[in-house]
Amino acid sequence: MILEKSEISLIGAAVAIALASLVVPNWLVFTATLAISTALVVMGVVMLMRAGLVSFGQGLFYCLGGYAVGLGGRYLGITDALLLIVLGVAVTVGVAMILGLLVTRYREIFFAMLSLAFSMILYGLLVKSHGLGSTDGFGVVDWTILGFSPGSGESSSRTALLLALGLALGIALFLNRYFRSSLGLACEAIRENEVRVEYMGVSRKQVLYINYVIAAAVGSIGGSMTALAAGHVDPTMAYWTISGEFVFIAILGGTGHVAAPFIAALIFTLVRTYAIELAPNAWQMILGIVLLLIILFLPKGIWSLFTRKKGVAS
Amino acid sequence: MLTVWAILIDGFIYASWLFLVAAGLTVIYGVMRILNMAHGSLYALGAYAAASALGWYYSGGGENLVMAFAIIAASAILIGALTGLAIERGILRLMYGRDEILMLLITFAVLLILEDVMKLIWGTTPYFAYQPYAALGRINIDVLTVSRYDLLVLVVSVVIGVGLWFWLERTKIGKILRSIIHDREVSEAMGVNVRRMFTITFMIGATLGALAGGITAPIISVVPGLGIEVIVLAFAVVVTGGLGSITGAAVGAVIVGLARATSIHTMPELELFIIYAVMAGVLIFRPHGLFGQVIARKI
Amino acid sequence: MTEILKTVGLSRYFGAVTAAEDINVTITEGEIVGVIGANGAGKTTFINMVTGYLPPSSGTIEFGGKPIKGLGPRKLMRKGLTRSFQIPQLFLELPVIDNLAIALAAADHQQFQMIRPVHTKDRLEAAEEILAQMNIAQYRNEMVTAMPQGARKLLDIAIAMLGSPRMLLLDEPTSGVSVEEKYTLMDTVMEAVRQRGLTVLFVEHDMEIVQRYVTRVLAFASGIVIKDGPVDEVLADEKVQELVTGKPKTAKTEGGA
Repeated sequence: MILEKSEISLIGAAVAIALASLVVPNWLVFTATLAISTALVVMGVVMLMRAGLVSFGQGLFYCLGGYAVGLGGRYLGITDALLLIVLGVAVTVGVAMILGLLVTRYREIFFAMLSLAFSMILYGLLVKSHGLGSTDGFGVVDWTILGFSPGSGESSSRTALLLALGLALGIALFLNRYFRSSLGLACEAIRENEVRVEYMGVSRKQVLYINYVIAAAVGSIGGSMTALAAGHVDPTMAYWTISGEFVFIAILGGTGHVAAPFIAALIFTLVRTYAIELAPNAWQMILGIVLLLIILFLPKGIWSLFTRKKGVAS
Repeated sequence: MLTVWAILIDGFIYASWLFLVAAGLTVIYGVMRILNMAHGSLYALGAYAAASALGWYYSGGGENLVMAFAIIAASAILIGALTGLAIERGILRLMYGRDEILMLLITFAVLLILEDVMKLIWGTTPYFAYQPYAALGRINIDVLTVSRYDLLVLVVSVVIGVGLWFWLERTKIGKILRSIIHDREVSEAMGVNVRRMFTITFMIGATLGALAGGITAPIISVVPGLGIEVIVLAFAVVVTGGLGSITGAAVGAVIVGLARATSIHTMPELELFIIYAVMAGVLIFRPHGLFGQVIARKI
Repeated sequence: MTEILKTVGLSRYFGAVTAAEDINVTITEGEIVGVIGANGAGKTTFINMVTGYLPPSSGTIEFGGKPIKGLGPRKLMRKGLTRSFQIPQLFLELPVIDNLAIALAAADHQQFQMIRPVHTKDRLEAAEEILAQMNIAQYRNEMVTAMPQGARKLLDIAIAMLGSPRMLLLDEPTSGVSVEEKYTLMDTVMEAVRQRGLTVLFVEHDMEIVQRYVTRVLAFASGIVIKDGPVDEVLADEKVQELVTGKPKTAKTEGGA
């Protein structure tokens, strides 16, 4: 298999981050892990945006991934991180395959609101589940990876980062190709003109359905990684404002390139770390103003988020 | 039998509250095709304004109940209308004609900003304005005890519902608004000043949201994040009933209200679940809600 | 000659309004049939019913000897029945080449392929070929939004021709196209049609175009077919002149295409 230039850059960036993790302080390693995990969920939002859909409920899959890790460790005795992630993906794909049947009938605000509602259903159930710690959530078991313990403290954070990095690289490489594949382009075609897509002999519903399920699976991995890194899950993962943050990051980064969500998520996570300390009551205002500025003063920018694609095959 | 009565009474009280919260949202969507995510923030603003104003009135020794209600209404209407005007003139006006989904994102940005503006103005400690609620006391219906204030909410809700209906169906402005709802381009071509109508509609929708908050203030503790919780309930109601339809909002409110009351009295752990399950269930059979309109695409 | 499309008693009502009533049409393979009629005469309703966009109220439709009533556009395309649109239906914010690539991928039944790039060598070649044939190759890397109306019409028809259809329905191919351009456009389209041996059903307002490119004409008025026959005969018909063309036929323009 011949690697393309963009793929070599992605691998290069991952290696550089892995090497950097050996020298940077522990808090930065942890922040980077959270940013990468967040970026994976955002990736799912971006996949939907490329198909013209905005989801205010991607937190559903993020939460499912996280809780699968928590519950798998707690009730099934699974400690292997990869197995826990696979468990999360399996559960999420199952849920997404059922919900997808309904939500792919909707577009625009209806899709946004329906996806929001489904994530709020999960939130509502988890908040009332006293066995699972209600609003406080619960801790994730000490995990291992392929039989090895990640150790504690700095060594643990580094292992988590490397794991997240490896997963993110694999997903980024896949999506980089996916976006230029027939299915990836079919999604954009649906965003542009559904009538024509149908007259091309393509089922809009099937295309959107597959895209929705893959986006859910990617989001689930992000949730699982967050749970493994943070060592804790709680119902706010499914709360709609978290999904709103994912949408914000997706718009900040744009849909033009697979690397965009990662960069945007890193900026978002770092700025939040400082903003919450310096101006705890202005963080959301900053988000709102930045969002408005992007939409108001970069009309090309925001438009490109929904419509643009990189030139013809590179 | 007792449970049935309790469910009905609680259900309708809750439904009337839901309708208050959802009415402004559906009016704005119906006319402007904007699903206003910041509607919850207007609710919260109304609640804060009413709570502060009542606090000021009662701490000054006031104890006239009618005066208290006038204060609630005045403060909520004032803040709702002004904020609505500011949002419409300052932000939305620049964006008309864009995608519905983009307008949704813009109102999401407004929501984020308003949330922190409220924290900066009122801080993070809760506000209470329970005096009118306490002053009205409770009455017994059979063996059930019901707060008079809750019944008052029910009455206000019905009055507002009928008022909105009258406004849309029987006044000149309502006629113009209905023509915009029916076909914006044709109305524009016939000389309707759509922009002015949008300003009026958004102010009224925003005022309704704030008024709902103001009326609710004496029942709850007014805390940050209030609006964020409310908005998803309002969405569920209007989507169930059909976006843009006043009748839909009323029917949606009753359905959701009764479903929630049933759940609380029988399976309390499913309270939140049931609201969205009802909505999803309706959408499976009526993809655009009970009273929603399907707009066919022309090729 | 085998018959390719046959409608029997095809009707469509919108409430009390009759949009199309009792349409009985048989078209044989290779025919170029024009559909004329004033606005609201039922032409588009007829096309929309045949291509599965609008379900008929009653009647039957056969394509290639098999009933197709109730099938959607997607299934009909797979059976070889495609259409172009009065308002071109294109992916406006995608490059022209991508518009064709996705259509070609769909024609190959490869729309669910998620790893291999959509722009395979074969598809790029096929795209270039049809771009050249339609005289729009200079737009290959432009967004559709950058194309003039005539070029959009051609791209719309080009996309409809991909996937080796047997029959093509053209919905007002020259509407919105300037007078100078329309013959060039039609020559290009008809040449491509001839090369592929397609059967064409073709809605048109412009009688000069009809006369020049069509062999047989269906004249619609008030939802029914008032006349069906060779082009000269139909256009010479008094009733058609009264209800459709609105004026007596002028001197015959020089021979068909």
